[in-house]
Amino acid sequence: MIEVKGIRKSFGSTEVLKGVDLYVEKGDVIAILGPSGSGKTTFLRCMNFLETADEGSMTFDKETYNLGHISKKDIGKIRRKTAFVFQNFNLFLNKTALENVTEGLIVARKMKRSQAEAMGKRALDKVGLSDRYYHYPHELSGGQQQRVAIARALAAEPEIIYFDEPTSALDPELIGEVLEVMRDLAGEGMTMLVVTHEINFARNVSTKVIFMEEGRILEEGKAQDFFENPKEERTRDFLRLVSREQTKAGI
Amino acid sequence: MSERLYGILLDSFWKILLPGLKMTIPLSAISFSLAMVIAVVMALIQFANIRILKHLARFYIWVIRGTPLLVQLYVIFFGLPGIGIVLDPFLSAVIVFSINEGAYGAEIIRAALESVPKGQMEAGYCVGMSYLQIMRRIVLPQALRTAFPSLSNSLIAMVKDTSLAANITVTEMFMATQRIVARTYEPLALYCEVGLIYLMFSTILTKLQRVGEKKLDFYGYQGGKS
Ligand SMILES: Nc1ncnc2c1ncn2[C@@H]1O[C@H](COP(=O)(O)OP(=O)(O)OP(=O)(O)O)[C@@H](O)[C@H]1O
Ligand SMILES: [Mg+2]
Repeated sequence: MIEVKGIRKSFGSTEVLKGVDLYVEKGDVIAILGPSGSGKTTFLRCMNFLETADEGSMTFDKETYNLGHISKKDIGKIRRKTAFVFQNFNLFLNKTALENVTEGLIVARKMKRSQAEAMGKRALDKVGLSDRYYHYPHELSGGQQQRVAIARALAAEPEIIYFDEPTSALDPELIGEVLEVMRDLAGEGMTMLVVTHEINFARNVSTKVIFMEEGRILEEGKAQDFFENPKEERTRDFLRLVSREQTKAGI
Repeated sequence: MSERLYGILLDSFWKILLPGLKMTIPLSAISFSLAMVIAVVMALIQFANIRILKHLARFYIWVIRGTPLLVQLYVIFFGLPGIGIVLDPFLSAVIVFSINEGAYGAEIIRAALESVPKGQMEAGYCVGMSYLQIMRRIVLPQALRTAFPSLSNSLIAMVKDTSLAANITVTEMFMATQRIVARTYEPLALYCEVGLIYLMFSTILTKLQRVGEKKLDFYGYQGGKS
């Protein structure tokens, strides 16, 4: 469905992505792991043009684009098929939960309000917020806000959803409800690319795992193989470190 | 208080209030409305970083904020006729007050725009909205909410500053008072009286500001907080 090749990105003189390749098939749930600063966020942002890659190519639904010279029109075309869930939710603070979900449908996709609202309500129902349509973000807990953000992502029926550490800004007791929604989505065959530090999510939900370090993909594989037989020494170290931390934190 | 003075004050109350209603209020209302248009445009130009226009906006704000309002009034009303541009007093006052207030308002709104958490723009792009759609529907409403108290304060300041228009022969409240003083020789009482009427106007506006803030508070958004 999506194939990217040789994504490179520098900020000033520091090269943050040093040639990243990735192949995503429909229904894949790919977890991206890696130490802080390894370029995971930057990679995800390049996929959705929140950053412009310096080099690289993307094939999306059989059409190939040069990421270094992509037109606004093509960006719009690809964005219509994708959605993004941010670490800090980034909900529209002056809009209710339902308006957050319908805004893009009505304004960008020119959908009729009644139709958009029906879709928006369905998306909110799906993330377990049927009783929160008319609440503003400040009236919702972090977990609920992130679920609204997921509903917003779902509403436009994207082909893939990118998640950048969707639970990192949440209090520990609120992480579960968000992961549960994501697990359900994965179960329904939604294609997802998830940067996460939740090892258990990666282990139990993802179909594929990618380990990034210093702007490169160091290791990738089926989730089971990746966790049971990591090939690289660095991957083993990382997994040991993370699982120790998460045990300590009681996750 | 002598009966004579009491009579003068009572009689002059209406003679001052009437120009207040007929001049001070329209002058303030029209100028402030125009000022807000200027302010939003100037703030957006800077916020969006539009190259050449941005420098023009900065220049305008620099000049206006760096020179006295009274001087600006004189330049337009007494100065421009020198190059053949003669404007009537009210129009001159409207031009000066809106341009002056526009510069201050632009700074207030620009700061408010910058306080809106940036992530919402990215979220807007991700759901397919354009820059202008995001500005109009997401960022600007939040910025105006944040800016509302400061803008209300500058409206109140402007209502008081319209007294300066007396200098260019606009017959607003202060000018009306001066005329009565010239006839009655009761400067202390009359200037205090006009002061009280300004105070009345300010108090009403402050009350309205409270109501406005309550109304706008419906989404509980406070600028700068994400
Ligand atoms: N806008 C930017 N300008 C300059 N440097 C940046 C910018 N964004 C990221 N970087 C740098 O790029 C590197 C990779 O950052 P990135 O956020 O992609 O890492 P990450 O893997 O997501 O880390 P984390 O796990 O901490 O979120 C870091 O060294 C960071 O400082
Ligand atoms: Mg990151």
